[in-house]
Amino acid sequence: MNRREFLKNASLACIASALSGVNSWALASAAAGPGTKKLIIVFLRGAVDGLSVVVPYSDSHYYSVRSGIAIPRPGDEGGVLKLDSDFGLHPSLAPLLPLWQQGNLAFVHASGSPDPSRSHFDAQDFMESGTPGVKMTGTGWMNRLLVQLPNNHSPVRAINVGQILPRIYQGPSQVASFAPAQQNGIKQKAIDNPVLSQYFESMYGSRGDALGKAFNEGVSAHRTIKKELQEEMVAANRGAPDANAYRGFGTQMGTLFAKDPTVQLGFIAVGGWDTHVNQGNSKGQLANKLGILGRGLAELVNKLGPELENTIICVVSEFGRTVKENGNGGTDHGHGNVMMLLGGGIAGGKVHAKWNGLGNGQLYEGRDLPVTTDFRSVLATVLGEHMSISKAGLQNIFPDFVSRDNLQYLLKG
Amino acid sequence: MRKALACCCVALSFFFAPVTGFEMSPASDSVSSAALAANLTQEPDNERARAFHVLQRLTFGPAPGDIKKVQDIGVEQFIQQQLNPSNLQLEQGLQQSLSEKDALNLTPLELFIKYGRPAVKLAGGAQAAGRGAKPSVEQKKAIQKQVKENYQKLYMESASARFERALYSPRQLQELMADFWFNHFNISFDKGLDHLWVGSFEEQAIRPHVFGRFRDLLGATAHHAGMLFYLDNWQNSVAGNQAAKSKGRFKGLNENYARELMELHTLGVDGGYKQKDVVELARVLTGLGIVNRSAGTLRNLQQNSERSPMGYVFDSKRHDFGPKVLLGHQIRASGEAEIEEALDLLAKHPSTAKHISFKLAQYFVSDNPPPALIDKLSKVYLASDGNIREILNTLFHSSEFFDPQYRNAKFKSPYRYMLSALRASDADVERPALLTRFLKQQGQPLFQCLTPDGYKCTQSAWLNSDALLNRISFASGLGTGRMPGVTAHITSTADLTDMMPILSASTQNTLRDAPARLHPVLLLGSPEFMMY
Repeated sequence: MNRREFLKNASLACIASALSGVNSWALASAAAGPGTKKLIIVFLRGAVDGLSVVVPYSDSHYYSVRSGIAIPRPGDEGGVLKLDSDFGLHPSLAPLLPLWQQGNLAFVHASGSPDPSRSHFDAQDFMESGTPGVKMTGTGWMNRLLVQLPNNHSPVRAINVGQILPRIYQGPSQVASFAPAQQNGIKQKAIDNPVLSQYFESMYGSRGDALGKAFNEGVSAHRTIKKELQEEMVAANRGAPDANAYRGFGTQMGTLFAKDPTVQLGFIAVGGWDTHVNQGNSKGQLANKLGILGRGLAELVNKLGPELENTIICVVSEFGRTVKENGNGGTDHGHGNVMMLLGGGIAGGKVHAKWNGLGNGQLYEGRDLPVTTDFRSVLATVLGEHMSISKAGLQNIFPDFVSRDNLQYLLKG
Repeated sequence: MRKALACCCVALSFFFAPVTGFEMSPASDSVSSAALAANLTQEPDNERARAFHVLQRLTFGPAPGDIKKVQDIGVEQFIQQQLNPSNLQLEQGLQQSLSEKDALNLTPLELFIKYGRPAVKLAGGAQAAGRGAKPSVEQKKAIQKQVKENYQKLYMESASARFERALYSPRQLQELMADFWFNHFNISFDKGLDHLWVGSFEEQAIRPHVFGRFRDLLGATAHHAGMLFYLDNWQNSVAGNQAAKSKGRFKGLNENYARELMELHTLGVDGGYKQKDVVELARVLTGLGIVNRSAGTLRNLQQNSERSPMGYVFDSKRHDFGPKVLLGHQIRASGEAEIEEALDLLAKHPSTAKHISFKLAQYFVSDNPPPALIDKLSKVYLASDGNIREILNTLFHSSEFFDPQYRNAKFKSPYRYMLSALRASDADVERPALLTRFLKQQGQPLFQCLTPDGYKCTQSAWLNSDALLNRISFASGLGTGRMPGVTAHITSTADLTDMMPILSASTQNTLRDAPARLHPVLLLGSPEFMMY
């Protein structure tokens, strides 16, 4: 198999990080408003099997070690959707194919964290703290990113779908959480009652500790989101709200990003990828999950509308899975994986990879896809080029990290 | 006598309604400042403060009158009672209610027979139609209905048992430990057959050992069908297994359980094992599976159930009899005995002592427990062969446990917050489904943590803006008596403030300004009530 163009670019070697020029300072100091660059991270918790997402169908090893779970070649029944002469997309991700064709979707294969841990929890932690191998990092990289972005003092600068503030967002900057879509839109809360609200504000408002901060941020974010999503619900009342929680993420997140110019960052985690048993191939457990993901992402893009030009969506997972099928029609914890990049600024229609094939001599510890591109190289490129974060800012976000790769070509010039 | 929770299997369309229609009340409605002052001053480190602290940490929160009760018998006596709870009697009604729940009292195989595929097939009338006959549309509907009902019944039985005991059992520390160890050895209701077995897993594998030897607890969880299914070991087989049938289920190794057994259950992620050890332990565990559920008649199943009350079986045909080296120790091929040898090795390992000590210290003392305390507990762990009661006794007598800097400094998990609010308001719960719904909304659905690490007990895991506002909504429903199916019996502000000796100036001032009938809402939703 050919090494891909990525390798040629990378052979420029040890470029100190692929970052931005003078103009970014000017941009960064401007207040957020229309045209603001935005970033959404979708985290697939549980380690998605990247070799089923973007399938190296031209590699015969792939079919020989995955007799029960391989996705057939393009054109065969249930076959992959051909991306190029080597790689194909899982058929359940068909809703993303138009984005590929429009040049808004790219993949970075054999990417991930350089840390060797095969623990879900450590690996997720490392990917969220942005410091692989370092456990004492107290904050998440998206919170450190918020510090670097122009502060528009909006309560919804950074939004999180879910009840639990994820590691990636932990830190001093404010993040607004809201629950995934409900039938009734955003729920009423006790603090919507003005009398109660007044008393609770007097108990919490001036505490200045973590509780007081959570309360104040919660009240302002609740009011903003409630207003915006309720307007949307009324406007879109022709169709009933989607019962499917995962499609809901696309609708809600996309709506907030499209409607409110002060939103800059979004995060959502989708779980359930730990397919040790009966993974399936073009059909089955993983295929169903990927179908939900594909539809959710397509819906997100749809809701973003013209804002897609200003937005990059990055889909990551903590590590990949074993190249070889295990004894139970599944795969165990592995190493390298695939990252997905979506957005108007992405130089799409390409699978980027320093790719050496799946032959025995090429695997990490003899069993896994190696990590040939550090996930931070990809993110740092997106942050530098797209979000105009300075080199110094990137050092704060990914401390002690020096990118060995120049990945500027991931983005449109 | 306290009513046991009604087991409500019907899905309720309740959500926490906004509270409307409050009016400002004249000042005379407020509690007199003298009454407040009696309770609200920051207390010194006296016996009352210590009684409050042990109630906060050894129970799901004080109920009215509890602080005085502990003061009467003394803090030390209270700790010993909680560590040796057999003399604390459960009320008759609670015992009765627990004994009636199939989810807790049947073996895994009995549960499978009564609520799993065999029972569901009967409900669909598929047997009458003859083998191989395709079920009709009506039969399919009947089957689906039965499956749904079985899920709900078993879930609500398991959840109600948890709530009944946590709210009304005097053996509070035992309840905390059941929750602690269930999380440590987490399995999820949402994974396939485990919907049958979550209650049984807690009852048979966890509860008998919560104060016992860690090795016994470890062994019990390793041999319960719930764990073997959850972490896939029931399919883990010698690589290239020749006996595998066409389905290909048992063709080779599955590392899932072996990895989590070391990472989460014993050594901890930094406990010094390598990928090679994961593979070696997986090989040791090959053949440890679930009693065959498809072969034979129902009667066979029943006999098997008696033979294996926890639902496991060791199938030597699927076991890897090659030599193994685990953590530098040679494990000689001996079949099932290898598993015991490996569990012994793991349970005795200093990394396990440290890992368990860390988790207990984090649960009972501080999100960032002091290293000196972890060392102290690890030593007791190793010296006592992992005697959990002794480790806890050391913990509760450590200077760190009573150190003022750690008191009231832990943020309650949603589970603890909810239970403490219900206990403080002396509530009767008619509809436990309300409680399971609240936990789900808070991101901590009971028995439904999908990942094997269980729920965390730290502030960083649970404190966020939206969740805090939802707690306030819960407090508002409970404190105003507008939570259908839950009846609070709060009689006065004094009852509540008696249980909350430490209130900040801003909370005290707010109470002075607010009408008395809002005090329960404000106190149950106050910053102080979020902490323990």
